[in-house]
Amino acid sequence: MADLWLQFLLTIDATLRVATPLILCAMAGIFSEKSGVIDISLEGKMLMSAFVAAAVATLTSSAIAGMFAAIGVAIMLGLLHGLASITLRGNQVISGLAINILASGLTVTVGIAMFQQGGQTPSLARAERFRPIELPFAEQLGGIPIIGTIYREVISGHNILVWIALGAVLFTAFMLTRTRFGLRLRAVGEKPEALDSAGVSVARTRYLALIIAGVLCGMAGAYLSTAHGSGFVREMTAGKGYIALAAMIFGKWQPRGALLACLLFGFLEAVASRLQGVELPLIGQAPVDLILALPYLLTVILLAGFVGKAMPPRAIGEPYIKER
Amino acid sequence: MANGGSGSPLAIELSDINKSFGDVHANRNVNLTVVPGHIHGIIGENGAGKSTLVSILYGFYGADSGTIRINGEPTTIRNSADAIGKGIGMVHQHFMLVPNFTVLENVMLGHEGSLSVETSARKAREALNKLSQDFGLAVDPDMIVEDLPVGLQQRVEILKALFRGAEILILDEPTGVLTPLETEQLFDILRALREQGVTILLITHKLKEIMAITDDVSVMRGGEMVAHLQTADTSPAKLAELMVGRKVLLEVDHTPARPGAPVLDVQDLCLTDTAGIDQLKQISMTLREGEIVGIAGVSGNGQSELLDVLSGIIAPTGGRFAVGTNEVTANATSNPAELRDFGVAHVPEDRHKCGIVLPFSAAESMILGYSGSDEQDGGWWLSPSRLEESCASRMKEFDIRPPIPKLQSANFSGGNQQKIVLAREISTQPKLLLVGQPTRGVDIGAIEFIHKQLIALRNEGCAILLVSVELDEIMSLSDRILVMNNGHIVGELAREDADETALGLMMAGIGVDEKDSRSVTGATS
Repeated sequence: MADLWLQFLLTIDATLRVATPLILCAMAGIFSEKSGVIDISLEGKMLMSAFVAAAVATLTSSAIAGMFAAIGVAIMLGLLHGLASITLRGNQVISGLAINILASGLTVTVGIAMFQQGGQTPSLARAERFRPIELPFAEQLGGIPIIGTIYREVISGHNILVWIALGAVLFTAFMLTRTRFGLRLRAVGEKPEALDSAGVSVARTRYLALIIAGVLCGMAGAYLSTAHGSGFVREMTAGKGYIALAAMIFGKWQPRGALLACLLFGFLEAVASRLQGVELPLIGQAPVDLILALPYLLTVILLAGFVGKAMPPRAIGEPYIKER
Repeated sequence: MANGGSGSPLAIELSDINKSFGDVHANRNVNLTVVPGHIHGIIGENGAGKSTLVSILYGFYGADSGTIRINGEPTTIRNSADAIGKGIGMVHQHFMLVPNFTVLENVMLGHEGSLSVETSARKAREALNKLSQDFGLAVDPDMIVEDLPVGLQQRVEILKALFRGAEILILDEPTGVLTPLETEQLFDILRALREQGVTILLITHKLKEIMAITDDVSVMRGGEMVAHLQTADTSPAKLAELMVGRKVLLEVDHTPARPGAPVLDVQDLCLTDTAGIDQLKQISMTLREGEIVGIAGVSGNGQSELLDVLSGIIAPTGGRFAVGTNEVTANATSNPAELRDFGVAHVPEDRHKCGIVLPFSAAESMILGYSGSDEQDGGWWLSPSRLEESCASRMKEFDIRPPIPKLQSANFSGGNQQKIVLAREISTQPKLLLVGQPTRGVDIGAIEFIHKQLIALRNEGCAILLVSVELDEIMSLSDRILVMNNGHIVGELAREDADETALGLMMAGIGVDEKDSRSVTGATS
């Protein structure tokens, strides 16, 4: 029984770790999309920042420097997306797709040129990564049944980015509902002309949203390569940006809903890796491949709009043009 | 125009404003002076440049040249924020409201005054309460805007402008979406605002409104100001002449109808849309040869859906209708081509969406839906020369200008585009003509022509179902008038009995409670 409890806690712990980049990306998506800009470039921004974080961490021996560089590059990509889709009024899906393709190719090309390791970055040393933060008395309190074990196994031992991701959910919710910027952000995604006629710049508001999204994506990328992993591996995002997008839609563009959806995806993945090679009663060998595929299948189903009626921001995907 | 002799400077003074969009000279050396505390009307046809002018004043566009003075001070207005800063507020024709925001959120948007929404909301609520009392503009600040009737949404727009400190209020075609009753209420509000010293600039194409409420009026035609008058010194006929540039017959020459055999028979027609909302509730009516039946109503009360069902674009979900001996029953597959074969022609409400294809040439737009007719050799091959030939002859017949069949449909004015649609639909000699908003966005000259054509068609024995939000149009053309409200036909009036008050009350749904209860049973059947 105690063993099963421990297994469960470890799965929850893994869920948080796996869900962290999804949560950061989903919050980024909420900012972009609430402002009316479709953001499928979450994937590309995260991939590029994962590479930059690992590369800079290698060169400077500092995970923090890596993360700030990653944030910088994700903001740049966000501004590029903004230039194409806000200023030049291009198609937002095409622009996002272009960024994803760019990131996919550029990370490998630059990676090979810099490190000659087939597109990977060198394995990072301990100091070059975000380390788990052991909370005080985790070991001592771990002896206490239930609460103590939860404290030791689930709450303690995460790196700072996990906490930042959870903080980002609160931050997003606060920004959207309690601040002037949030009010304008929601307005610009629903009816940009209303904001324009109120004397606020539509383009400025949307660019700001994309910059915030860039910050969050940058941290997601840095998490993948310098916290969760220890170096960049080609295509290491493996569709997580799209999964985050699906989670955001599943969560109806709301921070809380998106968080729960991300945790669900994270849980599925954590369960799959827990069950690797485990014999289950009746079923036999656990169908790990199937469970691993579940998040992706779920993503397809969610993005196709099969679950519930999602209400996207009304002006999403439309470049703002002043009417005659 | 004189400045009333008082010492106070003019509220607005525009000199030599010019603005071009590509080749189109939308404003040419426009001058305008507005006396503070007056209601000043600007009248002109569509495309006369009224909207461009006020957009310049509100900072949506910059003028190419010219000067603006507000309260005597030379001013540059680069964007809406500048205009708001100068005390200019605008109520747009299409409301600038975020539909899923509350009244309060809409009012404070862009003018929050604090980084925290809570603080802004508290202050805005106080200000809103005060404004509501001062001007008699009551609106519940916590209502979601999209749940409000149109008249109240417009009130929110006015409150929004006043909240931002507007002393000059511009209203762009404010009555287009209102019932006659709501229009009266709006005018009461405007009079109250004038009493409080607010200067009002009213943009409209309706002569009646100019006469009813303005102190001064300026007339625009073809991008230029052609006259500045005091309303008391002018008349609708004179204004119409100034707008069009020639004498215009405002009244339609309407002879009594001689209705013949029934053409359209509608029984208990119902339509529930995909969202589960009942758009049409137990509609029954009969149309006879040689009569025009008008459907009055505020837009969005089922008129559009009725036209869609009768023209075969949407299949009804209940009831039936018959054109001659051809019956269409509930849930049949929708098929406009079939209806066309039954002798139904359709001039759709939104000509850009359903009437013509803007990038097509006029000749191509002229055969939309009829490309398979005999005239086109059964439809397999198109003969451009033949198309253009027949198009040219129809252009002559319908006075479509410029008479160039090759010209892109988009390059014709609204009135001429409408004539293309009308020419196409009438030339099939239909038994039943469905007409939606025949003169929306059409200039007075073309309105006169279109109205004459409709009467002539009626006299030849065609049955015409006319849907229009313009009450004057309904009253001057129809032999009988049906009124729609909330998906029902709530009443019928003979031509002689119809006046604006009676129709207005019906349109507002006043005194139709029993019918509403009937709709409940209708919806479940």
